[in-house]
Amino acid sequence: MNKAAEVLAASRKITRPTTLELIAAIFDDFIELHGDRHFADDGAIVGGIATLNGNPVTVVGVQKGHTTEENIRRNFGSPNPEGYRKQMRLMKQAEKFHRPVITFINTSGAYCGIGAEERGQGEAIARCLFETAGLKTPVISIFIGEGGSGGALALACGDKVWMLQNGMYAVLSPEGFASILWRSPARAAEAAELMKITAPDLLKNGVIEKIIPEPKEGLDHNLAYTASILKEELVKELHTLCQMDIEELLQKRYERFRKFGEFSE
Amino acid sequence: MNLFKKKNYIILDRRSEAPMPAPAEHEAPAVPDGMWVKCSHCKKLVYKKEMEPYSICPKCGGHFRLGAMERIAITCDENTFSELNGTMQAKNPMGYPNYDKIIAKAQQKSGILDGVVTGTCQIGGVDTVLAVMDGNFMMGSMGSVVGEKITRAIEYATSHSLPIVIFTVSGGARMQEGIISLMQMAKTSAALNRHAEAGLFYLSVITDPTTGGVSASFASLGDVILAEPGALMGFAGQRVIEGTINEKLPPGFQRAEFQLEHGFVDAIVPRPQLKDTIARLLALHTHKGGGF
Ligand SMILES: [Zn+2]
Repeated sequence: MNKAAEVLAASRKITRPTTLELIAAIFDDFIELHGDRHFADDGAIVGGIATLNGNPVTVVGVQKGHTTEENIRRNFGSPNPEGYRKQMRLMKQAEKFHRPVITFINTSGAYCGIGAEERGQGEAIARCLFETAGLKTPVISIFIGEGGSGGALALACGDKVWMLQNGMYAVLSPEGFASILWRSPARAAEAAELMKITAPDLLKNGVIEKIIPEPKEGLDHNLAYTASILKEELVKELHTLCQMDIEELLQKRYERFRKFGEFSE
Repeated sequence: MNLFKKKNYIILDRRSEAPMPAPAEHEAPAVPDGMWVKCSHCKKLVYKKEMEPYSICPKCGGHFRLGAMERIAITCDENTFSELNGTMQAKNPMGYPNYDKIIAKAQQKSGILDGVVTGTCQIGGVDTVLAVMDGNFMMGSMGSVVGEKITRAIEYATSHSLPIVIFTVSGGARMQEGIISLMQMAKTSAALNRHAEAGLFYLSVITDPTTGGVSASFASLGDVILAEPGALMGFAGQRVIEGTINEKLPPGFQRAEFQLEHGFVDAIVPRPQLKDTIARLLALHTHKGGGF
């Protein structure tokens, strides 16, 4: 197995710690808030208010389960439109009360189903990209496992985008990529390598700013190790971002995403 | 490398510096050459002349897909279109196998350099920025060039206090450019956020088909969203959904009429009325007001 395929397997491991477990390990006083106020409460997106070193923050992320039963409740971490609208509701709430936002990403992608289309999956994701670009409070986005396509990007438009060591991020799944390129989903490992989905690759091309290390024994065996590093980094970064003038913050966020693209003229 | 060496250049507009390659004569895929074409909607043979000037089937009213230059010709006031960033071309950020050949083939097929043509024009006498995607170029997929040209068009509109009209047709993010193509969704949406903050008007026009990353970014963000009759608009591809839920999709699923019913487009406008509708909306949104 190549390096990218190993990362892919680690990022999808069913025992890999979830967003709620990371929230519990990093923050205090977490109060979960539910619902998008339009249609439903999406189990694939969790969020609420917590404190970090005594300061209120809004946290929101994609939730997977460790068992089939849990995963059915969480729709295997594939949000429906109401999940993205819940995310945006909590982020607008954070803006109103001047709380920074931390998002956790762990999804193979937005859900592909009839109901999701009827309720505007495309519009729901587009609205997240649009609103986050103008959100007048700091946002830090962290990939903790899988990051697939627009369904991941909807939560990943922060001022800073970080990734745990075995996280990944791609425009589509390596299986999908392999079946388009070679008509063979079985060549996913090869595709993963070509697609540059790993944290070091993404750091190199500026898609992420920081890699958060995982313990040698595996994240599922020692979450406290990564949680304490992440907590320290968050406190440091939020201290910087919260001092920044809002106009400057938004300008920097704009430039962060504006820079992507390779072309000749 | 000059991909259009053997073709004649035409200058679309005298104000435009950049030469536009002429559409390949024998490869216009929307309306095949010859006197008769088979309508993809009703499967009947129709006389080509009867489809003009809107490429609409005279038998069933079905709308044929248009290339960007054909769209510009029926949308802009005569001789007002002036192209922006007309020389931009793709690179190969991911080292995708044979990407240069794929691009060259798409350029020949579509007669344009990448999947969108942008510029300024007048529609019904109103100054506007215009971006028109082209499904003949790699199914209108969005890579760096499409994302950059659309972003620059939006930024131009913002800095010149102009409205922007975007015609969408897209299969989604261009997987050959990997994660960089995904970033174009965030980039274009952020540019639209600034355009909106400036109080300017964005009109999105959905044409067949508009899916994936484009539906999940600028296509869905118009102050007003119009769609052509029957245009497919959705996030997930139909085969992907059928594969996920293991059943056939109902007829009309994700079509413009479905999107109107579910509240995601403002109006469905047949092509012959489209220019006039756009002109009226532009006039309403650039009206200075103050009459009350
Ligand atoms: Zn017909």
